[in-house]
Amino acid sequence: MKSLADLHALRDKLKSDLKLRKESGTKIIIGMGTCGIAAGAREVMAAVLDELARRHLTDVQVQQTGCIGMCDKEVLLDVLRPGEARITYGNVKPEDVSKIIANHVVNGNIVEDMVVGKIENK
Amino acid sequence: MQHIRAHVLVCGGTACKSSGSQKVRDAFARYLEEYKLQDEVMLVETGCHGFCEHGPLVIVYPEGTFYCRVTADDVKEIVEQHLYKGRIVERLLYREPLTQEQVPNYDEIGFYKKQHRIVLANCGEIDPENVGEYIAVGGYEALGKALTQMSPEQVVEEVKKSGLRGRGGGGFPTGLKWQFAKASVSDKKYVICNADEGDPGAFMDRSVLEGDPHRVLEGMAICGYAIGADEGYIYVRAEYPLAIKRLRVAIAQAEEAGLLGKNIFGSGFDFTIHIKEGAGAFVCGEETALMASIEGKRGMPRPRPPFPAVSGLWGKPTNINNVETFANVAQIINNGAEWYSRFGTEKSKGTKVFALTGKINNTGLAEVPMGITMREIIYDIGGGITNGKKFKAVQIGGPSGGCLPESMLDLPVDYDSLIAAGAMMGSGGLVVMDEDTCMVDVAKFFLTFTQSESCGKCTPCREGTKRMLEILTRITEGEGREGDIELLESLAENIKATALCGLGQSAPNPVLSTLRYFRHEYEEHIKNKRCPAGACEKMLSYVIGDDCKGCTKCARNCPVQAISGAVKQKHVIDQSKCIKCGACMAGCPFKAITKG
Repeated sequence: MKSLADLHALRDKLKSDLKLRKESGTKIIIGMGTCGIAAGAREVMAAVLDELARRHLTDVQVQQTGCIGMCDKEVLLDVLRPGEARITYGNVKPEDVSKIIANHVVNGNIVEDMVVGKIENK
Repeated sequence: MQHIRAHVLVCGGTACKSSGSQKVRDAFARYLEEYKLQDEVMLVETGCHGFCEHGPLVIVYPEGTFYCRVTADDVKEIVEQHLYKGRIVERLLYREPLTQEQVPNYDEIGFYKKQHRIVLANCGEIDPENVGEYIAVGGYEALGKALTQMSPEQVVEEVKKSGLRGRGGGGFPTGLKWQFAKASVSDKKYVICNADEGDPGAFMDRSVLEGDPHRVLEGMAICGYAIGADEGYIYVRAEYPLAIKRLRVAIAQAEEAGLLGKNIFGSGFDFTIHIKEGAGAFVCGEETALMASIEGKRGMPRPRPPFPAVSGLWGKPTNINNVETFANVAQIINNGAEWYSRFGTEKSKGTKVFALTGKINNTGLAEVPMGITMREIIYDIGGGITNGKKFKAVQIGGPSGGCLPESMLDLPVDYDSLIAAGAMMGSGGLVVMDEDTCMVDVAKFFLTFTQSESCGKCTPCREGTKRMLEILTRITEGEGREGDIELLESLAENIKATALCGLGQSAPNPVLSTLRYFRHEYEEHIKNKRCPAGACEKMLSYVIGDDCKGCTKCARNCPVQAISGAVKQKHVIDQSKCIKCGACMAGCPFKAITKG
């Protein structure tokens, strides 16, 4: 490190590693109830993590949730962008993940044909 | 690289380590692998969170879930339920003692709510063995700012304006100290960090060194730039192996990153830091004794002046500050003196870290703004007295400090109010005592400590504390004499006035403050040969009450045949023979024997 600018550059690079410990932007929430796992939620989760890594989307949080009762439509995947409605996608397959992330998470366009639920932001 | 979706922070402070956090960490490593989560969940060992009573602590992000008293056996459940399935393991959450309500997130816990963490901001939040995490949260920005945008004069001025005072106990204004060292002209100057934390019950410096070592290095380097020193020493006791290990790692990483060493930030400023391990003599916390110890001499104080700022380590101008003092510096430079001086009181700025120990529910570390009341610290943060007992006194400032009674609970905690009340800030150790504590015994405990730690160089401390201890010992053994209190007081005043260093000058404080607030307890011991708290073993008498059924068990248990009585008749203890061993009471099936 030779200058203060070097420190800032390094910090900007490292900061994303710790973002998780602060509040961050968009959340992707995957149903990890027994029903979800049986329907392939772990594979969907893996696809999500791969896609986020590929696109360097470091401030997207990935969380899990339990069964919400719509077991028939598992795997359920919710996208919650700050200040927007929480959108629930149903019957999500690993191959759907890149579409959802590209359209909704990155560009804010809901993938309408896969939506099974919507919770308005309070 | 994979997207890391969760961080598991396992506390690796000394308290949590001794309650088994290493096993918890190892179990996490094993089960994360078993559930194939090792690439998407990051496992981090952090420094102390301060909530040591409830350790080992584990925090899981992004949720910020706070798990308490986690054992290795709980880890499988956390991995399977929380990390795999996203279900919080409720049984491991913290419960508020009063409401029994479960609190999932740790910033909502009463213990943390009233705290304001400047010094401890990163403790428990970052990996202390990874300089990258420190840099990521803004570390070394202050050093860069000082070196490239400020003159040494401006740095000194900023620290002066902030109102920061020495956190080691004395409370001397830090900026002024720096100014003196800066004003000394010399080809060589030194910066020393005093990490010889020795007060019984104090562990705040240890936690800062273990949890956020870079913050201390950064503060020292800024000080070096301000006073014109290119070399620093950290004097840390060898009993702190984890702190030493993490300091060594931190120094190596900082040097590798170019944050210590030659030409830092291209400014032409060089600074290196060495570690000197102390052998654990309490007197080496005194600055002149500390420097003698670094020089390889016997750790004994010398008269001042000359002060270290003029002639310190190896006769060169030296600035010595405590760990916590240095830990405040970076924040002051980053955020400005005005920001810092918003916290605290008129004459005591900023925050202070207190170590809560004794008969208190939430043993641990708490950082609070100066001026908070003792009541808030003990009840709101500390969670009150254990087992629902009554508060009696709080000992503050270690062996140099004093005991404050319940009537002083609403005293604002700052340097000057504490001195006026007969105690002192000291390093910030708080020992809370309940109604079962005998204040004469407490005074005896602290005097025993200073007596054995006295270096023996000056007579008032060497002989005076010994005589005081003899008097206290005979009082607690029921041999107290008329005039003992007055003799203690006159010895105390003499020692305070004539001892060579701070150790001796403050050694009588525990006696004087207990005499000031609990004189009646001394009088009870001397006049009525009674210990009101029932703590002084030699003054107790065991008495058999009316519940005695005459079973003869106590008489058979008594090793000195002091108990007599016929079968099925109430027994009697011959007090002249009794050796107060308590065997009778422990064995009585009818709980008929009481002591008092």
